[in-house]
Amino acid sequence: MTVADTAHAAGGSFLDTPGRPGIAGWIFSTDHKRIAILYLTAMLTFFAIGSALGVAMRLEQLTLGETVMSATTYNAMFTLHGVLMIFTFVIPGLPAVFGNFTLPILIGAKDVSFPRLNLFSWWLFMLGATIAVTSLFTGGGPPDTGWSFYVPYSIKTGTNVPLAVLGAFILGFSSILTGLNFVTTVHRMRAPGMSFMNMPLFPWALYATGWVQIIATPIIGITLLLVIFERLFHIGIFDPAIGGDPVLYQHLFWIYSHPAVYVMIIPAMGAISEIIPTFAHRTIFGYRAIAYSSLAIAGLGSLVWAHHMFTSGLSEVSVLVFSLLTFLVAIPSAIKVFNWVATLYKGSIELTASLLYALSFIFLFSIGGLTGLLNGALAVNVHIHDTYFIVGHFHYVMFGGTGFAFFAALHYWFPKMFGKQVNERLAKIAWVPTFIGFNMLYFTMMVLGVQGMPRRYYDHLPQFHWGHVFATVGSWVLVLGLLMMFGNLLAALFRGKKAPANPWGGVTLEWTVPSPPPVLNFDTEPVVNARPYAFNPGTES
Amino acid sequence: MFESASNVAGKVDEVFLYITALSVAFLVFITAVMIYFVVKYSRSRNPKAEDIEGHFWLEATWTGVPLVLFLSMFYFGWTNYRYMRTVPRDAMVVKVLARQWAWAFVYPNGKQTSELTLALDRPVKLELESADVVHGFFIPAFRVKEDVVPGRKNYTWFSPTVVGSYDIECTVICGVNHTYMLSKVNVVPEALFKDWYFGDSTEPPKAAAAGPGTKVDPTGDPGRGGQLAQAKGCTACHTADGSKLVGPTWKGAYGRRETLLGRDAPVPVDDAYLVRAIRDPQADVVKGYGAVMPPQRVSDQDVRDLAAYIRALP
Repeated sequence: MTVADTAHAAGGSFLDTPGRPGIAGWIFSTDHKRIAILYLTAMLTFFAIGSALGVAMRLEQLTLGETVMSATTYNAMFTLHGVLMIFTFVIPGLPAVFGNFTLPILIGAKDVSFPRLNLFSWWLFMLGATIAVTSLFTGGGPPDTGWSFYVPYSIKTGTNVPLAVLGAFILGFSSILTGLNFVTTVHRMRAPGMSFMNMPLFPWALYATGWVQIIATPIIGITLLLVIFERLFHIGIFDPAIGGDPVLYQHLFWIYSHPAVYVMIIPAMGAISEIIPTFAHRTIFGYRAIAYSSLAIAGLGSLVWAHHMFTSGLSEVSVLVFSLLTFLVAIPSAIKVFNWVATLYKGSIELTASLLYALSFIFLFSIGGLTGLLNGALAVNVHIHDTYFIVGHFHYVMFGGTGFAFFAALHYWFPKMFGKQVNERLAKIAWVPTFIGFNMLYFTMMVLGVQGMPRRYYDHLPQFHWGHVFATVGSWVLVLGLLMMFGNLLAALFRGKKAPANPWGGVTLEWTVPSPPPVLNFDTEPVVNARPYAFNPGTES
Repeated sequence: MFESASNVAGKVDEVFLYITALSVAFLVFITAVMIYFVVKYSRSRNPKAEDIEGHFWLEATWTGVPLVLFLSMFYFGWTNYRYMRTVPRDAMVVKVLARQWAWAFVYPNGKQTSELTLALDRPVKLELESADVVHGFFIPAFRVKEDVVPGRKNYTWFSPTVVGSYDIECTVICGVNHTYMLSKVNVVPEALFKDWYFGDSTEPPKAAAAGPGTKVDPTGDPGRGGQLAQAKGCTACHTADGSKLVGPTWKGAYGRRETLLGRDAPVPVDDAYLVRAIRDPQADVVKGYGAVMPPQRVSDQDVRDLAAYIRALP
């Protein structure tokens, strides 16, 4: 029993000490740990809705012709699926939940730099998400443009584009303010002795991500407003009939939405960089390279947006530059993969459920990243752009990547956040259908895409039929796995064994405080004087 | 399904195979190493771990080698793409007109069709025009794709290399019938193409036209009307078999009394109505349908033939 465990037994955790009674103790709390759990609850709800939409879409593709819904409904489904998954789950993602919970503790701080702004970010998130969901039920019906809202169709369609786009606009502010908060926190609130080079890798990742959130998100905000203005006031910026340019919209949209995918993946990579050393019981291999690669990915990733537009009619010079840069941004990601695998070398590895998800991340993210090379090659892009190959590719990186990293982080930090332990055996059993179903569903999509199946199709030509059937069955296996995983986590929440302060033998600061932590995290401010991940002092090389 | 029927298909496929081969090799390697380490260095097998912080030459190698390989992937992707964008001087120019939700093809001699008929081994440049929103012109078997953006003059080119019939699909979400915005490329030997090109038919050469041929019938020629209904893209939204698409079915339509938008008393679907419906479709829309049909560029004879066709349907 450590000092931390005794303090926990005295009942002084943040869960036991709300500022106000009842629900007000949660939704008006400025404690970063409560805000993290508010985000987690909301985001898992939106993930469930988004998943239900996905399952329904796959059901429609089970037979040729109409199966369970009309084309209008299907088009609305894939639009809302994209909007909810991207803006309310994957982009807030690990930062909103695990960044909020662990960042201050990992750097030895009591909270983030701006706790009230942090709460406000969550309220903006809830407002934006609610408005987006409301577009399902009002006006001319839910938007049917796809989450990318390409003009002129998004200008002309009678469906409720303005409301959905307004929701996304407000969600953007939540992201900007969170990024601002985290960047400032990392600069201003590190414990004495914790230089940048003594800082763990998850804060490094959150730092790099915060810059992208601050700089890139305003662009999509303005662009979405311009779509609303074009619809309402015919200002002539995007509509070619009145002098506008549809490709200008594409540039403005993607100059945010590509960096956005790095907002999605960099924090996920940061969490993996915490998890692997802990369960390998040794230091991370190549700390500096991983830290700098987060910055490199954020920087280079801001320069490649038009690789989404190779068939839009761009100049040959443009496509050359964007293709070249796209291949360069793959290098820092490759380096991380090598470093994670090298961290397993001469480790003393405990294959927990969290590590299993983290290793799956490496495999699935590699597939996603390698298919990104195919997308970036100009000649190949002509064939696979706007097909199911793309749909498979981005689900591998966003779901196999960020999603699986989220699950790994959830299993890793669950004991710290809730003070309960998760049943390891059941967690690993749940992994099996999740992993198998995932690959059945999304690998098949890439095959369909190469065969010529376009995306955003309500129906399909007969030659694609068996691929669709196989993918749909895969979606059921995947959902079964997810239900088992979340069921197991819920059971742990209510009936799990009490968790000690350091169930895994980790060496970062969160494992030195009780599970769950007290309100202000530390009784005395920690002083740091060692490199991070010093598991085996005396064996350094 | 991986059929390869144009001169550019090979250019795409060789880059695809190069990158895929390297990727599969890398994936198999990294996965095998990962699993090997997890087994060999498990807690039970290796109780004491080591804090190896880095290794300069190893890290330099695994930075430099991928860099060279990735740049080679970029290079082949770029050079083959340049071939795909350089149009030969002798390419025949065909205009591709995209609108919600049908394709139309206009040949140099003015012939307009709903399917793209081409001569084997002869290069064609497609000039892409949209009447409304962004569409995507895709021929999977040829590895040809380019977006059709209103207000822009996008193009693509290729030579078909295998006789046959191939799917054309739309690849940019353009509304409710995006999935059904389909057509075909029909590749025929050059001699057959020449006969067809200089003839009157707007149907693809292999499909024999049914009904009376070239005589112009003042009361309207239902056989020609049926061909026109295909060629002008009407069948994208109207059926002859009773099924309801974007527009009302023609089956049993003639003589039926329909309730129109904005009018209380039902109106018979007679010749006068049909003429109005084709020339000025937004004027009298059948209740329950949207006012989305664009006016058609058709001659008086075309209108008579179409009306005769609809009239003759059972």
